[in-house]
Amino acid sequence: MRPEDYARLGLRSGLEVHQQLNTERKLFCRCPAHVYTNAYHAEVLRHMRPTLSELGEYDGTALMEFKTRKNIIYRIHRSNVCTYELDDAPPFEMNDQALEYAVEISLSLGLSIVGEVHVARKQYLDGSIPTGFQRTAIIGVNGEVPYKGRKIGIQQLSIEEDSCREVSDVGHLRIYNTSRLSVPLIEIVTLPDMRTPTEVAEVAHALRKVTRGTGRARKGIGAARQDVNVSVTGGTRIEIKGVHRIPLIPRLVHYEALRQKALLDIRDRLAAQGRTLDGFAPRVVDLSALAGPVSFSPIQQGMARGGVLHGVVLPGFSEALNTLVGPDRPFAQELADQVRVVACLDKLPNLIHHPSPSPELATATWTRLRTAASAGQDDALVLVWGPAMDVETAAGEIIDRARQAFRGVPQETRQARSNGTTGFERVLPGAERMYPDTDLPPIVIPAARADAAAARIPPPAWEQERRFAAEGMKPHQSEALVMEGRYPVVAEALQVQGVSGAMVAEVLLERSRQARRAGVDLTTLGHEDWLELLGRLGDGRLAREAVPELLPRLASAPAGGRTELLDAAGPPALTMIKAAVAEALRERPRSADPEARRLFWMGRAMHRLRHRAPGRQVAEIIQDRLIAVEEA
Amino acid sequence: MSAFADRPDRFKGYRGAALEVLERFQVGVWSQVRVVSTRGRFEGLILPRQESADASHVVLKMITGYNVGVEVSGITEMVEVGYREAHYKIPEQDFPYAEGKPNVTLLGTGGTIASRLDYRTGAVIPAFSPGELYGSVPELADTCNLTTKKLYGVFSENIGPDHWIGLAKAIGEEIERGVDGIVIGHGTDTMAHTAAVLSFMVQDSPVPIVLVGSQRSSDRPSSDAALNLIHATKTAGTSDMAEVMVCMFGPTSDQYGLLHRGTRVRKMHSSYRSTFRTVSDIPLAMVDRHLVTPLREDYKRRRTDKNVTIDAVFDDRVSIVYYYPSMKPDVIDSLIQAGYRGIVIAGTGLGHVNKGLYPALQRAKEAGVHVFMTVQTLWGHVQMNVYETGRDMQALGVIPGANLLPEVAFAKLGWVLAHTDDPDEVRRMMLTPIAGEITEREPFDGYMILQGGLPEVEEFNLKHMF
Repeated sequence: MRPEDYARLGLRSGLEVHQQLNTERKLFCRCPAHVYTNAYHAEVLRHMRPTLSELGEYDGTALMEFKTRKNIIYRIHRSNVCTYELDDAPPFEMNDQALEYAVEISLSLGLSIVGEVHVARKQYLDGSIPTGFQRTAIIGVNGEVPYKGRKIGIQQLSIEEDSCREVSDVGHLRIYNTSRLSVPLIEIVTLPDMRTPTEVAEVAHALRKVTRGTGRARKGIGAARQDVNVSVTGGTRIEIKGVHRIPLIPRLVHYEALRQKALLDIRDRLAAQGRTLDGFAPRVVDLSALAGPVSFSPIQQGMARGGVLHGVVLPGFSEALNTLVGPDRPFAQELADQVRVVACLDKLPNLIHHPSPSPELATATWTRLRTAASAGQDDALVLVWGPAMDVETAAGEIIDRARQAFRGVPQETRQARSNGTTGFERVLPGAERMYPDTDLPPIVIPAARADAAAARIPPPAWEQERRFAAEGMKPHQSEALVMEGRYPVVAEALQVQGVSGAMVAEVLLERSRQARRAGVDLTTLGHEDWLELLGRLGDGRLAREAVPELLPRLASAPAGGRTELLDAAGPPALTMIKAAVAEALRERPRSADPEARRLFWMGRAMHRLRHRAPGRQVAEIIQDRLIAVEEA
Repeated sequence: MSAFADRPDRFKGYRGAALEVLERFQVGVWSQVRVVSTRGRFEGLILPRQESADASHVVLKMITGYNVGVEVSGITEMVEVGYREAHYKIPEQDFPYAEGKPNVTLLGTGGTIASRLDYRTGAVIPAFSPGELYGSVPELADTCNLTTKKLYGVFSENIGPDHWIGLAKAIGEEIERGVDGIVIGHGTDTMAHTAAVLSFMVQDSPVPIVLVGSQRSSDRPSSDAALNLIHATKTAGTSDMAEVMVCMFGPTSDQYGLLHRGTRVRKMHSSYRSTFRTVSDIPLAMVDRHLVTPLREDYKRRRTDKNVTIDAVFDDRVSIVYYYPSMKPDVIDSLIQAGYRGIVIAGTGLGHVNKGLYPALQRAKEAGVHVFMTVQTLWGHVQMNVYETGRDMQALGVIPGANLLPEVAFAKLGWVLAHTDDPDEVRRMMLTPIAGEITEREPFDGYMILQGGLPEVEEFNLKHMF
């Protein structure tokens, strides 16, 4: 599809970018922030109940989650969780380092910093946070980032505690790993300013560069993820949650736009057939007595476990349920999704329907069931089976989802699938799920503090890239250095006489990558170490050729011993180089090709000099000697 | 939109510079405003301000539901674009009455079983009527027919003798009315104190009397309040344990509650859900949504009569002295001079204080102050015959308090001194157990503080919900 096609659909998309902060400790307790393990010492069982918001309303999501009646298990490990994360102790004061980082990133996005930070509780009844809410607070509002000659609006940046990682979710049991629980996280919310699927991915990438460019973001698996909001004209804002890979975004946005369009078409078709929500009278019929001869193993298995079989008659839905809302996804699949999530019937298939282009049951069986359920010509019959309580919930959800079809696109959050399609996750939570945290007083951010942070932060990512390019770096090098948050070192090194952009990129990128690949831990080297190394390269006290061999030794040396190592790695005196070249030239290369012979002698000489001499200088001396020999 | 000046409480909680700014721009609480300030632009609904908060910020609720504070000195413009008053209401439905279900009365003292938030203070305000409770914990109707009576609205730390006396009398009235069980909603800080006092003031109850509260307030999805309340009404309505009990979480997991005898229970952690523990004994029973499972036999059984003894008196001239090395005698002397009639000492080890206090203890005896010894180790008996120190103190009139918990000794002494001042009678009453406050035998597993990290405990933790 071309941009104009998306424009015709009225596609609008926005992003919520989540990024972990590279702090030492968690947000509201003193646990270490980035200790990840699958091991655990104990398990805690909890249930979640909906509560009222500050404005006295129950949140729709909360009620839905309550219906699911999940047993939630938290696996806890002594190394990374304390009584706070388990909701057995009140919060400590907010981690000031995390607050500082969040202010810095807010300023990088041009946001207005709030005067007073108010911690709110945002309800999450899926159990992903043991308290049942996420502590979260706005740090900045109303900013923008440049994108291809226009501006993408940033609505807000909040700081919040990360949630648990789901281990499994089967039936009424959901298990969580608590390692990342309460790790400081920022959420950046854009306005719905993107108009094509590609734009969304590009802006996501640009925002990731901004956060990483501050040097305050954590890198690595799981450190960043985004929610993608999509709507089309006549549709509604759908939130696609937890997208880890940016390259998946265009397909997700594309399919979601088409899904909304398909749902709107279903709505219009129903209306055209004279069907209205008011006139819609679905029925639930207990068909358990007829289940015996139904030869469909999922149903037989469900009945064998003491389950029931219910039929839900959806008048006028015979066509609608078969309408495709995505690749190979008939509308009936949307019902199945909701049943799986809310009624915990997660053995698939969890429902079948009739009429269908590929009926699972024999026509005679369907006829018998339809007659028993008094399903008319245009009616769809949906069968759902399993434990009685779950089937009751399921029937309610099927009817609920069918009702929504008269309105078009229901408000919900959806899970991303790896093929770019999405599945129902939960009802879209509203502002009603927010209420103030009574455990923590507001935190004042005085103007002086915000100003000091503004003076300290590196320029925004796009500005960093511009400056790096001006120093002769290639675009991929500039971008990589931004993503690694290396601006402070790069900018300071480039001030030193003789240090070039190429030199910096070579050391900080290629050479560092090589060393890391060889298993060297470079995190031991600080800002000053890198500056010293680059400075010596700039003024010739160190040859570029010496870096690969030097870097691992430098990284493992005690901080006090690094100068000595650097001194020893410096280029030898000219007489030493000449002597080494003379010795190299005494060796006989096998090749007769002049260029190959030169490379051979070059290699031997560099080896004798332990790569400490500048290659160009060695090459020149070899050249001089060869000419001298020829002339003689 | 009502005229600005007519709006009630339109500057609720604001003062000083913040109030001036609101007045200047003619906006107030519940105004939807656009703000221009030197820090940037902000938009939102002005919320009431907590009274303890500073005078230099205005709180806005933004469209996303978040609140932020805007510093007022930088505000250059503030325009009202709407007005939206919030009405907070817990959904109230009639509590269903079912013939054949036990009748339970819930007496409220101010805990947070169901609650809402107060904007000005940020505090949690209890919701309490049966309808409100049914709205938030509908499962209660499965167990019983519930009646509620709000006696007080105080935090647990503010509970005192007047409340105890009122509670005891209210219990008597309910028993007279023929209820099948009584639940008392109570803050957890002093729940054990109240349980102990009621154990003496209400004797031979024919029905269960269950104190319940929550460690996580009920405005939180993970609150223990609902489950505790379900357990408590289950106990009050159906169990045959006619005692004063505390019903709170067993483990921190949402699994089961424990019923603790009112005179042997103590809050042992400042924030854990499983904070209440029976000390020097095992709990009375386990309780879940479906069943009360007794762990022992020696409890008082439910009866069908109404023959309860309400003896609601208390002399508050009683104090607890928590001994520490180098304590000076003036600590005791000041209590004597202030007119205290009874002192409970929480002594070290088997029940000791330093020699330096002896003269003060002598003066206490001469002044007719009744002094009882308990142990700050909490577990175990006082034993003042083993060491000379103990024998010396007994000679100075200090009475060994057996295995009375310090707070229980305090509760009982206050109750006893409201009956008599005669030293022998005080001693007799104190040392004659009424409700299990002194036990003759301490079972080996009455003291179980498992230490984390031990291999066998690690194994236990992996097998059972924590």
